[in-house]
Amino acid sequence: MIVFDGVTKTYPDGTVAVDDLSLEAPSGKITVLVGPSGCGKTTSLRMVNRMIKPTSGTISLDGRDTSRMKEAELRRGIGYVIQHAGLFPHRTVLDNVSTVPRLLGVNRRDSEKRSMELLERVGLDPAFAKRYPAQLSGGQQQRVGVARALAADPPVMLMDEPFSAVDPVVREQLQDEFLRLQGELGKTIIFVTHDIDEAIKLGDQVAVLRVGGKLAQVAEPAYLLSHPVDDFIADFVGRDRGYRALSFQPTPRLPLAQERTVAMGEDVARLDTDWVLVVDERNHPLGWVEPRRVHGEVTSEVLHRGGTVARASGPLRAALDAALSSPSRRGVIVDDAGALVGTVRAHEVLTAIEDTDRPELEDPDHPGAASPAASGTSAPTSAASASSAAGTVSDASA
Amino acid sequence: MTWFIDHLDDVQARTLQHVYLAGLPLVLGLLIALPLGWLARRYKPLYAPFTAGFGLLYTIPSLALFVLLPGLLGTKILDPVNVVVGMTLYTVALLVRTVADGLGAVPEDVQQAATAMGYTRVKRFFAIELPLAVPVISAGLRVAAVSNVSIVSVAAVLGIPQLGLFFTDGFARAFYDPLVVGIIACVVLALFFDAVIVLATRALTPWLRATGARS
Amino acid sequence: MIPGIIDWLTDPANWSGPDGVPAHLFEHIWYCALALLVAAAVAIPVGLAIGHTGRGRFLAVNLAGAARAIPSLGLLFVLVLWLFPKLTGDSAFLVPTLIVLVVLAIPPIMAGAYAGVEGVDPAARDAALGMGMTGGQVLRKVEVPCALPLIFSGLRSATLQVVGTATIAAVVGTGGLGRFLIDGQKVQDFPQMASGALLVALLALGLDLLLALVQRGVVSPGLTGRTVRRGNTPVDVEIDPAGRTVDAPAR
Repeated sequence: MIVFDGVTKTYPDGTVAVDDLSLEAPSGKITVLVGPSGCGKTTSLRMVNRMIKPTSGTISLDGRDTSRMKEAELRRGIGYVIQHAGLFPHRTVLDNVSTVPRLLGVNRRDSEKRSMELLERVGLDPAFAKRYPAQLSGGQQQRVGVARALAADPPVMLMDEPFSAVDPVVREQLQDEFLRLQGELGKTIIFVTHDIDEAIKLGDQVAVLRVGGKLAQVAEPAYLLSHPVDDFIADFVGRDRGYRALSFQPTPRLPLAQERTVAMGEDVARLDTDWVLVVDERNHPLGWVEPRRVHGEVTSEVLHRGGTVARASGPLRAALDAALSSPSRRGVIVDDAGALVGTVRAHEVLTAIEDTDRPELEDPDHPGAASPAASGTSAPTSAASASSAAGTVSDASA
Repeated sequence: MTWFIDHLDDVQARTLQHVYLAGLPLVLGLLIALPLGWLARRYKPLYAPFTAGFGLLYTIPSLALFVLLPGLLGTKILDPVNVVVGMTLYTVALLVRTVADGLGAVPEDVQQAATAMGYTRVKRFFAIELPLAVPVISAGLRVAAVSNVSIVSVAAVLGIPQLGLFFTDGFARAFYDPLVVGIIACVVLALFFDAVIVLATRALTPWLRATGARS
Repeated sequence: MIPGIIDWLTDPANWSGPDGVPAHLFEHIWYCALALLVAAAVAIPVGLAIGHTGRGRFLAVNLAGAARAIPSLGLLFVLVLWLFPKLTGDSAFLVPTLIVLVVLAIPPIMAGAYAGVEGVDPAARDAALGMGMTGGQVLRKVEVPCALPLIFSGLRSATLQVVGTATIAAVVGTGGLGRFLIDGQKVQDFPQMASGALLVALLALGLDLLLALVQRGVVSPGLTGRTVRRGNTPVDVEIDPAGRTVDAPAR
């Protein structure tokens, strides 16, 4: 666990970068620091491994005050990933990843073996090992950056906008893989971003900072979306937050309709329905066809692939999106293996949403502002308790 | 000091000769290097032969160049033209690469934006690429200017009049005064050339000083 | 003129004795190598220190600029006059020559070293510190290897200037290839002078080539662009069904 206790950073010219920050980053969880530029999020991150020294306050790592540890030793025990990866251009990918183990005195063979495993783990072909950073794309460099930070198996990782320099498609991929990796590794992570969507997607806990380095609110993503404590947070978490909050609500039992299905190559011309769902031999949905426009057999060309597919056990947002995006207006719901379970209409999803209680409201005294992984009610931060009070007020007025 | 005051006319005359012999080649060399550097950038296969080839000129020792050029140009050994031609060659040798690299450092998106707005290739060169390459070219020109001043003085060994004659005079008579005056005059002249180029660059690149707005 | 050069260069008489090509060539290389070594021993550490700490840059840049402006011929004459009575034998000429060449070589070598360190990607330096390298380790393991291309470019530039300027040492009676220029000029022997000039140019090219080879061996391929063409950065590639990135086709 990383604990900020009254941490302030003031620069000699009087600029206050971070103002009296108290925050807990629970072990094994991702804590995201998010805020506009100039909110001190990067400064806060860099104070953890003492790349920047706090003016006052303490930061402790599993109860040890970091200011009493040797800098180089502290840093070798913390994985550090930065925006442009910061790979060493003169070293191969393999040597880059092996850097910290080699600094720690691990012999070349063992550290290289471990590095190869890590490359695979972050989704890079082993053929990349002998390449130089200049030969990699931005996304690949960032994967190497993550592998390098993981090389010495540090319990703690600091990540400073690691995915913001790559294009949106690759960013999405990297985020998904990062979550998968974290699911396997369970590191204690502090993650800095300016992108609230990324924060919501990745964070177990999101801390929003405002310009001047003040903590505005810290909460679980779902709570943050539904209970912004003030106009700044409400503005910052942005539009569509009601819709985005559905990402965190599990789908309740929906009234599923049985759907008539056909296989590829089947003749649908004589069917009198408007849309028919095409499935493969494992009953996995492939797409929709409109029988009156198909003359003869169903081929790959006539498939309408516009509709999204939602898992029955997934979030409500996916179920609603499946209904909204389906050309037949019937959202396709599948089981965890991807096989068709049935279809649902948008109004049925909306009814389900209305019937669902917003879970945060049931227990206003313990609204999930502190992570459930942190031991119960212990040591809620001042900002967090302030947020729960304000959250209730603003919610009542809404 | 008294020697300096007694020979003020001499110092003045030789300084002017030195300015001519070191300064004119700078201008000529820049004018020649601009199209050559542009060609080296425009046609990629030319880059290596141009930059390396003109760089070769720099390996010829100055003393040899001043002596051998009369044979090639049909001039007299004491003709200042030899020095002007030789120094121009050195300037070109230094600047072709600088100009090519300076033009190459102009961001691709800027060039494409200019093309998209309808600049012709020639107009784009004078309106966009050349102004943006000024800082790099000016850095190369400063090196050339300072080294020109020093190299010109070597021509004194052959007796061509300029500040270097103070060196040969002083050395022949084992007399420090002209030597020291000559060296100081050379350094001052080099710094003067440098300052002129710096000021001209500032005047040509007002956007480089307008950085305050961003931070 | 070219037949004259060929005649001179193929005359065996010019290739033997204390005034032959090998003797003067050896002297020339000796002066240049010694001057470059001394200059590098001074300029590289100072340049690295400036680049690493960011301190002293202003002073160093201006001193180097002033050093560049000192005319080599004038400095040589002053040093010979001043040191001649204090030194004996060959060193009376050798030491002033060396000082002139060292003064000439220091600015480009030092500029290469500090520009090289300053030019290191700040993200790489930040990452190095962040993963727990000490200041010295950052310098040794990241900054110096990354600065090598510019350090070599400074060294090569200094070599070209030193080899050319070493010829003027012959004016004060030192050896080296400059002898052919000075001696030839005295007797208006143009083939001898031209041959001397050619030899100097060839030596400069040869040493440059040698340094280029060393550079190729020492500098990481990750920095040279031999691995990738500039302006042709690879694109992000597809993910194959197994979830791994597919080898990017080099475009």
